[in-house]
Amino acid sequence: MATTPATTALELREVHKSFGSVQALRGVDFEVRDGEVMALVGDNGAGKSTLIKCVAGIYSIDSGQILFDGKPVSISGPKDAAKLGIEVVYQDLALCDNLDVVQNMFLGREERDPLFRLREAPMEQRTTETLASLSVTTIRSVRQPVATLSGGQRQSVAVARAVMWNNRVVFLDEPTAALGVAQTRQVLDLVKRLGEQGLAVVLVSHNLSDVFEVADRITVLRLGRNVRVYDKSATSQQEIVEAITFGTQAAEEPA
Amino acid sequence: MSSAAPPEAAVAATDQNSLASIARARWDAFKGGDVGSVPVIVGIVAITIFFTVKTNIFFTAVNFSNLIGQMAGVTVIAVGVVFVLLIGEIDLSIGYVSGIASVVVAEFQVAGSSHDYPGLVAIAIAILVGAVIGAAQGSIIAFLGVPSFVVTLAGLLICQGMIIYLLGTQGVIGIQDKQVNDVANYVLTKNTGWIVAIVFTAILTAGAIGSYLSRRRAGLPTGNVLLTIGRVVLYGGLMFAAVAVCNHSRGVPLVGLIFVFVVAVFSYLASRTTFGRHVYAVGGNAEAARRAGINVKLIRILCFVISGACAGLGGVILASRLNSVDLTFGGGTLLLDAISAAVIGGVSLFGGRGRVSGALFGGLIIGMISNGTDLVGSADWVKYVTTGVILLAAVTLDTVARRRQVAAGR
Repeated sequence: MATTPATTALELREVHKSFGSVQALRGVDFEVRDGEVMALVGDNGAGKSTLIKCVAGIYSIDSGQILFDGKPVSISGPKDAAKLGIEVVYQDLALCDNLDVVQNMFLGREERDPLFRLREAPMEQRTTETLASLSVTTIRSVRQPVATLSGGQRQSVAVARAVMWNNRVVFLDEPTAALGVAQTRQVLDLVKRLGEQGLAVVLVSHNLSDVFEVADRITVLRLGRNVRVYDKSATSQQEIVEAITFGTQAAEEPA
Repeated sequence: MSSAAPPEAAVAATDQNSLASIARARWDAFKGGDVGSVPVIVGIVAITIFFTVKTNIFFTAVNFSNLIGQMAGVTVIAVGVVFVLLIGEIDLSIGYVSGIASVVVAEFQVAGSSHDYPGLVAIAIAILVGAVIGAAQGSIIAFLGVPSFVVTLAGLLICQGMIIYLLGTQGVIGIQDKQVNDVANYVLTKNTGWIVAIVFTAILTAGAIGSYLSRRRAGLPTGNVLLTIGRVVLYGGLMFAAVAVCNHSRGVPLVGLIFVFVVAVFSYLASRTTFGRHVYAVGGNAEAARRAGINVKLIRILCFVISGACAGLGGVILASRLNSVDLTFGGGTLLLDAISAAVIGGVSLFGGRGRVSGALFGGLIIGMISNGTDLVGSADWVKYVTTGVILLAAVTLDTVARRRQVAAGR
C-alpha cells in the first residue's frame, strides 16, 4: 500500500485497565495513522474489546495516556470520543430495522428547521452522496427499511454512518463475522476505501485472511500486553498466529 | 460496482419516477410483508357493502353524521394508543383515564359549586389530568423498568376506583355547560363546512408542492408527479365528499372536525418531526436509539403523556355526547375498542411500525360495525364476535407481516 509517512491520529501509551483483580490491559501501546488500516488481533481475553471501549469512552483508563493528534486527551464518555472524531462500529451494528437508510444514518443527529420539522431532502441527498463516495452501489433505494437489506449492506450502512460525521478514526469490531463470502468482499472493499480516503481505520478481527487482505499494519495483543506491531509486507499469517498464541521469543511469558 | 456513480444515479432517479417502477416497488414491499393500507380499505369497503345490503338506513347522510359522533371518542383515544404501541409498550389504563377525564370535566362545570369554571377551562383541566396520569405511569415504566402491562393494569384499577369515589353515592353528574356540550353536539354551518374542506385541501396541496420543490432543489427523485397530484385530489376529494354528505343532513359535526384535527396534528408529529422519528427509533431498537444519543426515557414518558392526554380528550367527547357522566364511564369495551382501532389500523403490537392515521381507519371500522349491527338490530353478541374476529385478523396479519419482513431481510 502507498502509505505515505502520515501523522499519527490516535496513540495509546502504557494504558492500564483493571476490573477488580482482573487486569484487562497491562500497559498497552497502540497507534493508528491517518490513511492506514491497522488491524488489532489477539485471542479471546487479549484485551481488544477493552481497548475499544476505553477509546470509545465507555470505560475510563486507570493509568497511561491517550493522545489524539499528538496531544494528550481525556475521554470520559462516548460524547468526548464523538467530539474528537472517534467512531466505533460495534458488532451488533446498532441500526433500527424499521427505519430506512437515511433515517438510520441521521439517527439522533437529524437535520431540522427552527420549527422542529425534519429536513428530509438534504438528509437524503447527503446519504446518497456518502454512499456513492464509498462506492456502495448495491443499495437500491435509500428509502427502504434497513430490515430489507442484506448483512453486507447493513454493515455498509453502519460504516457509512460512522464515516459521514467527519470522523478521523473509525473502529470496526468484527465487521465480517456474520457475513457470507460475497458480503465479506463488499465490506472489505469498503474498509480499504476508508483508508484510501485518509481515515485512520482500526479493524478488529479474528479472521486473519481478512486482516491480511486489507490491513497495512497489524498490532498483536496477548493477555493485555503488546506482543508487537507487524508490517503486513514483512510478516506471514504463520508468524501472526504464533504471536497470538505464544507471543514472540521476546515476550517474557512462555506458554 | 463501477466508479461511474453519477450517471448511474441519474438513471436510477428518472427510473424511480415512472409509474411502473413505483408499482413494482410497492408490490415488492407488499410481498415482503408491508401490506400498507390495503387490508383496511378492503375492510371498510366490505363492511359498507354488507350493511348497505342489509339495511337501507346505513348508507345515508344522517347515519354518516351519526357515525362520526359515535366513532369520535374511540378514535381520539386510539391516537394516543398508537404512540404507546409505536414504542413497543401497551397502555391498559386509557379506558378509565378517559372515564376520570369525563368525571373531571363534569365536576368542574357544576353550576353553583366552588369550582364552576367556564367549559373550555374544565376541558383543559380534564385533558391535563389525563396527561399527568400518563406522565406518572410513563415515569414508573421508564425509570424503574416495571413492565407497562402491569403498571397500566394497576393504573386501570386505581382510575376505576377513583371514578367510583368521585361520583360518590349520587353516581351521576349532569352537564349543563354549553361549551362542554358543544364538543360532541355542535354542528357547523354548511358554509363553515365548505371552508374547512377548502382549507384542508389547500394545506394538503401546499405540503405536496413544498416537498416536491425541496426534493427537486436537492436533486433527488421527486416521485411520480401524476401520483402526487392523484393523492392530493383523492384526499381533498374525500374531504369534500364527507362535507357534502354531512351538509346533506344537518351539517358537519364539530366533533368530526376535532378528531380529524387531532389525527392530523399527531400524524404530523409522528412523521415530520425529530420527536416522531425518535419514537419510531425507540420502538425499532431502543439500544440503537440510546447509542445514537436519543433520550429514550424521555421519549417513553412523552408517549405515555400523549396517551393520557388523548384519553382525556376522548373522555371529554364521550361525556359531552351524553350530556352527563355516570359510573359506567371508562368501562365496557372502550379500552379494547381503542386498542383494537389502532391495531386494525395497521399499528404493530411489536413496536416501530404503523401510522397515526391508522387510528382513524381503525376507529372507522370499529364504529361502522357497532353502528351497523345496531341498525340491523343484531344481538350484542354479534357485535362482540365480529369485532373480535376482525381484531384477531389484524393481529395475525401484523405477526405474519413481521415474520415476512424479517425473512425478506436475510
